[in-house]
Amino acid sequence: MIPSIPQPLGFRTAYGAYVALFFFYLILPLVVVATFAFNDSMFPSLPWGGFTLDWFFNDTEPRMGLFHDGRLLESIWTSFYIACWVTVLSVSVGVTNAFLFERRSFPFKNVLYMVMLLPLVIPGVILGISILVFSSTIANGMENNFGIDLEFLRPSTFLVVMGQFSFIATITTLIIAARLRKFDTTLEEAAQSLGASKLTAVWTITIPYLKPAIIGAAIVAFLMSFENFNTTLMLVGSDQPLTIAMYGRLREGSTPELNALSLLLMTASGGLALLSIFVQRDRK
Amino acid sequence: MNDTTDKAATFDLECRNLVRRFGDFVAVDDVSFGIPQGDFFSILGPSGCGKTTILRMMAGFLQPTSGDILIKENSVLDMPPNRRPVNMVFQQLALFPMMSVGENIAYGLQRKGLGKSDIADKVRSALDRIGLPGSGDKSIKQLSGGQQQRVAIARCLVLEPAALLLDEPLGALDLKLREHMKIELKKMQDKFGTTFIYITHDQSEALVMSDHVAVMNEGHFEQIGTPQDLYYHPDTAFVAAFVGETNRWHGRVEQINKDGIKVVTADGVPLLATSAGGEQHQAGAEVDIFVRPESVVIATDADRVSSMDNRITGDLVSILFNGANSRALIRDRQTGGELDVALPQTGEFSHLKRGQEVHLGWGMAQAKAFAALTDSGTKEVGT
Amino acid sequence: MNIQTASRLSLLLLLAPLGLWLVVLIVLPHVDMFLISLHEKTAPRVFEYGTANYTEFFTEPLYWRTFTRTAVMSIMATTLTLLIGFPVSYYIAKMLRGRLKSFLFLLCLVPFWVSELVRTFGWMILLRESGVISNVLQWVGIAQGPVEMLYNDATIMIGLVYTSMLFMVVPLVSTLDSLDDSLVEAGYDLGGNAFTVLRRIIIPHAMPGIVSGCIVVFMLTLGNYLTPVLLGGKNSLWFTEMIYTQFITRFNWELGAAFGFLLLVLSSLIVWSGLKLSRQTLTETMG
Repeated sequence: MIPSIPQPLGFRTAYGAYVALFFFYLILPLVVVATFAFNDSMFPSLPWGGFTLDWFFNDTEPRMGLFHDGRLLESIWTSFYIACWVTVLSVSVGVTNAFLFERRSFPFKNVLYMVMLLPLVIPGVILGISILVFSSTIANGMENNFGIDLEFLRPSTFLVVMGQFSFIATITTLIIAARLRKFDTTLEEAAQSLGASKLTAVWTITIPYLKPAIIGAAIVAFLMSFENFNTTLMLVGSDQPLTIAMYGRLREGSTPELNALSLLLMTASGGLALLSIFVQRDRK
Repeated sequence: MNDTTDKAATFDLECRNLVRRFGDFVAVDDVSFGIPQGDFFSILGPSGCGKTTILRMMAGFLQPTSGDILIKENSVLDMPPNRRPVNMVFQQLALFPMMSVGENIAYGLQRKGLGKSDIADKVRSALDRIGLPGSGDKSIKQLSGGQQQRVAIARCLVLEPAALLLDEPLGALDLKLREHMKIELKKMQDKFGTTFIYITHDQSEALVMSDHVAVMNEGHFEQIGTPQDLYYHPDTAFVAAFVGETNRWHGRVEQINKDGIKVVTADGVPLLATSAGGEQHQAGAEVDIFVRPESVVIATDADRVSSMDNRITGDLVSILFNGANSRALIRDRQTGGELDVALPQTGEFSHLKRGQEVHLGWGMAQAKAFAALTDSGTKEVGT
Repeated sequence: MNIQTASRLSLLLLLAPLGLWLVVLIVLPHVDMFLISLHEKTAPRVFEYGTANYTEFFTEPLYWRTFTRTAVMSIMATTLTLLIGFPVSYYIAKMLRGRLKSFLFLLCLVPFWVSELVRTFGWMILLRESGVISNVLQWVGIAQGPVEMLYNDATIMIGLVYTSMLFMVVPLVSTLDSLDDSLVEAGYDLGGNAFTVLRRIIIPHAMPGIVSGCIVVFMLTLGNYLTPVLLGGKNSLWFTEMIYTQFITRFNWELGAAFGFLLLVLSSLIVWSGLKLSRQTLTETMG
């Protein structure tokens, strides 16, 4: 079952066809979504009404184009704002965690590492509600006992950031720690021998070495935040991030404007994907 | 060299009663030495003897359990590695892979806070001196093993350290390049005039390059001296066995003569030797006798060696041809032990055939007897 | 400041972010959720501790049936993903070389880079009554009128498998990639056939990948919300939707918290038994 072992032609053809079918299944929905972004019709479905760019650029109802739809644009901004915070937080914590787990030894290290992995096996919805419940408990306690109203502990953008950070930090930690594990610590000693203090050595040698992993982790974190739905759904406040806004429209019944938006998202994340591959490949 | 108290003032770098323990294990056991300015000083020893530990303590990556390290007469124990005026060349070189050649050399200068143009000048002149002019923008991977070696050394030397610490830097190179780099290193040291402290397990590296060599074994120094001292006047059986090629016999002192001793091996072979290492052996003492391959005279005619103190008749096992360093392996007829004998460079023995009878002889002055080693690592003749 | 204090201080500084994150965002919220789930409402704004919420779950058939249904369908989706994904992963890892290999591998990652919403939206356009497949079927002449393919379990399954595929293929490809060809060759050389080589050599080697793939896929499926709700509509009966309803629509946080805790226990239990059965640990599988 490897190329060096002969197999009947029939088997190989069938196997190849199966794999081709698989990729057809993988790609089909995406192609369909992208295609209908250009359909000159009120609905993203057949019959094909001809080619149009209205769903991107038209500025009047009922055919409001994506780039003139204030509410959608606003939700893109909200998502972007959240994603930036989540990225900065989870990459920073990822770096400190990587140093902690790869370089230091301390009691209960293995236990702590296990706990650190837990967010990966807790369903996103549950992360969301547990944080919602806990923050409300604190907010209620503060209000009842001290009369202080902590607005940000009610469903809000702040809680969304916290909720997403709670599991994305695990992923960034794993990515960055994997690269730090490959780092040859004599490079740091060499830097120290050449006159760098411990901190300078880390800053000038180790961090540049980690850069591809840090950028890769940042891209993954940004994307996971931007696309997150389950955790966000439970914590969202008055500012709707894109996924929540899109979900609402999908349930109402959609126009090809959503296809246009989807195509935009695919292009953007495709670009990010290429960027991350490029960064990772650069220095191997 | 051994006497650290009298000449302390002239030493560039000095270690006093240095001890380092790892748990119960004593890696470095009360070692003292001093190195004068501009010296090429090697620490030679088998792996695990503690030489790397000494180097790492000098560099500041390890704290000694007790004892003191002085650079230019000041104790550096409280100084972190980056503040010590010594730089280290690592075994795997540890060149920074994310930086260019020039940036690697500039790294230490930047830490010193030098100006940009100053740094550029120094980097350029360093590259010139190591024979890599204009290679500043190359990436490390574009350099050959030998060139990387030179960059690793240059990036330390631009800092004008009081001493350069080299941790077996030739270990990663292939044989041919290693031979070449030995000479190159020596030249570089002459050119820069910096004190080199070089650790290695390879005796030929130590002998070829060094002004002084310390032979280290199990945490302590066996002997410090010039390569010639170590080779011709070893202080201990370990040094005699470890430095250079040698033939060894084990035996018991039977008789003390006025100019030598008579030793009888377990096979009952009598050998005449001289006591070495400043010891005077008593009758009945267990000793090891060492004879260098080039001290043995080889002849096809028994008369040629008849006047020598020690004589053996043997059969040729094989010729180990290596140009001017060719040797013969001879089996002693009486004991069956094998001797390593240097062949004269004239090539007069190149016609010898396997199994041919040969006669060997050497003087007792060339046979050095030391108190017996428990385990020397070299093969014994006989037994 | 000597070296020891500096070292201890830096350890504390490194521990602080980790500790804050895990305690404030993971441990305490789950403890609090558990406590809330034990609240019984006795009067407006008055609570007592008790297990009433759990009793309600077990006595109301809709709740525990949805719970079981979600678990069973998640296991089915995981198995299906493994069965569909394994041959593809093997093909990518062992049958292909060079550029085509890396290209197809990257193609498998595409769903990760495209939002789940967009993917599900694609399936909606394809499968709904006025959708592409329905139209094609009519055009070919197989169907006489519009065919509604949304809002049934098979559709939910298609969507779930589609969404999870990447998380199965990636670990599988990387473990299969590390299998030395000569092991397979040796298997054949010593008289094995395709089946015995698969069973005795390839699958044992791929076990770590299979386990970690299955765990992640199961987790994501169990906790999925979008795919069942959008593709299954009102018939989806997915447990996460029920949690959402209790929290956001009914505002019954106590019952919702109990549901959440039950889902957490279920998922931990299945992940744990999966690890036990395959003799793996969480650290090996995830880290």
